[in-house]
Amino acid sequence: MGIQLPQTSPRSTSVGSATDLAEAPTVELRALDQLWFQVAGTVCNLRCNHCFISCSPDNHSFWFMSREEVNEALQTSVRLGVKEYYFTGGEPFMNRDILGILGDALALGPTTVLTNATLLPQRTVEALARRSARSPYTLELRVSIDGVTAEMNDAIRGEGSFTRAIDAVGRLAAAGFLPIITTMQTWAESETDRILGHFRSILAEVGYDRPRLKILPPLRIGAEAARDRGYDDFERVTADMMTEYPAELLLCSGARLVTTSGVWACPILLDHESGRLADTLDEAVEVPAVLAEQACYTCWVNGAICSNMPGFAADPA
Amino acid sequence: MTMAGVESGAMYTRVAAFGGVYSNHLALSAAIQDARARGAEAAICLGDLGAFGPNPDKVFPLLREHGIPVVRGNYDDAIARGLDDCQCGYTDPRDNHYARLSYQYTFRNTSPENRQWMDTFPEEVRFRLGDLDVLACHGSPRQTNEFLWESATPTHFLDKLADDFGADVIVGTHTGIHWTRSWGERRAYVNVGALGRPANDGRTDVWYALLGAAGSALSVDFVPVRYDHEALASEMRDEELPEEFVETILTGWWTTCLEILPGKERAVGRF
Repeated sequence: MGIQLPQTSPRSTSVGSATDLAEAPTVELRALDQLWFQVAGTVCNLRCNHCFISCSPDNHSFWFMSREEVNEALQTSVRLGVKEYYFTGGEPFMNRDILGILGDALALGPTTVLTNATLLPQRTVEALARRSARSPYTLELRVSIDGVTAEMNDAIRGEGSFTRAIDAVGRLAAAGFLPIITTMQTWAESETDRILGHFRSILAEVGYDRPRLKILPPLRIGAEAARDRGYDDFERVTADMMTEYPAELLLCSGARLVTTSGVWACPILLDHESGRLADTLDEAVEVPAVLAEQACYTCWVNGAICSNMPGFAADPA
Repeated sequence: MTMAGVESGAMYTRVAAFGGVYSNHLALSAAIQDARARGAEAAICLGDLGAFGPNPDKVFPLLREHGIPVVRGNYDDAIARGLDDCQCGYTDPRDNHYARLSYQYTFRNTSPENRQWMDTFPEEVRFRLGDLDVLACHGSPRQTNEFLWESATPTHFLDKLADDFGADVIVGTHTGIHWTRSWGERRAYVNVGALGRPANDGRTDVWYALLGAAGSALSVDFVPVRYDHEALASEMRDEELPEEFVETILTGWWTTCLEILPGKERAVGRF
């Protein structure tokens, strides 16, 4: 595609700042293809030190969505012709209504749930398998694991989280799922082959012998900004950078995120007021997204990393 | 019985629709004979003439001889315009490796004349089938390289496409696995599958679709095509194409370009 990256400037010590809203480029919604739900708010049973919205057991900034709230948006989505549903948090399986909610979504379309897989006992896996079997649509489990050993992962995600997640992946594989394992790249590029090779062997040991792996770049906001570093000053999207850029590569050109407190342009910007577009979904599809945050730069460089498949240009010539 | 090419705006009652050919000239030839024998009045190809198979130029004379029109696929578009890759959008390094081998081989072995012809392929062809308005495209009416998998395509999404593009029936390919769904009084989507490689089902047959209509009642028959797949495999080896591509032809299981499959479709395959 020939995207030119700006020249690197000396590293700043800031942890990120917003572009002036009046100067920030905007992105119109092309079509509402993806509807995201902040189904567990910002509540998570883990306290990962790279979380881009700093979710934790005591972060109650956004609360759980009820089945009724989700259903209201699902009904709107039918009218708007949505193509796929994503459920995130926080940890979605902390929402006591999650199985019913996933069943409601699967009655309408393909459904993905993003989970740390530490709350997936056998009975929950079996319930998911039943819902998947009843639906003509695919149910995708996106499991976050960050490292090929307990030492690597647990340093980021907390004590014991590696073993619990890997065991759950084994249960999901045994139930017929092919979970998508996402890992934020926290290692040097030269280490990738070795690390992923080792990772595959560990997954094979629990019975997952054809893993779907998705490597994510770091989003240098929230807890990650403190763990590693924030964005450099030059790492922001300017109007010039959008002039020949295919906007459909960005999640906000085809997605909206529903929460208990309004509708956002994308799940990454939950902590940022510039990401909040409207009170309702019907209003939010009419409002362009504003690329004011430095996290937008990561999406600009890498495409819609939150999707199961990246966005790709309709006409990349 | 003769079989013509589908003409834009014309009316038919029985049409053969061929999906991605992927340079499988033996399967295309067999499918054309089969469709004629089954009484198809006309035929159309939905694009992606090249990809995994050998000697891409062998496909073109068959299409020209039978006057079969071709809708522009992402592969055709990329080859015609000399783009860097096939526009399938892989991110998995292994998928990208094989996609690149396939694309570079096809690009090298497609003549300038055929590339020029590909550049004339339209993005859609519309015709009447009985009382139904049919829109034939490659991926989706809105985007040539959009994948419409059975388990990842809601009915309300298809209904919006039908509204937005003013069609009763949308016919496409691009994924390589055939399926169909109808809804409402007269609406349907048909993915005709692919002639180029098997449907990831452990069978060596490839598939096309016979579309028929009596009034506004649509009929869709997916037809398995048996062809000399061992001869194709031999030709692929002569061309030193990757053994992984040959394996798919000989076993019916996809070995590459798997990243794009939804979990439900991938789970029923071997890899």
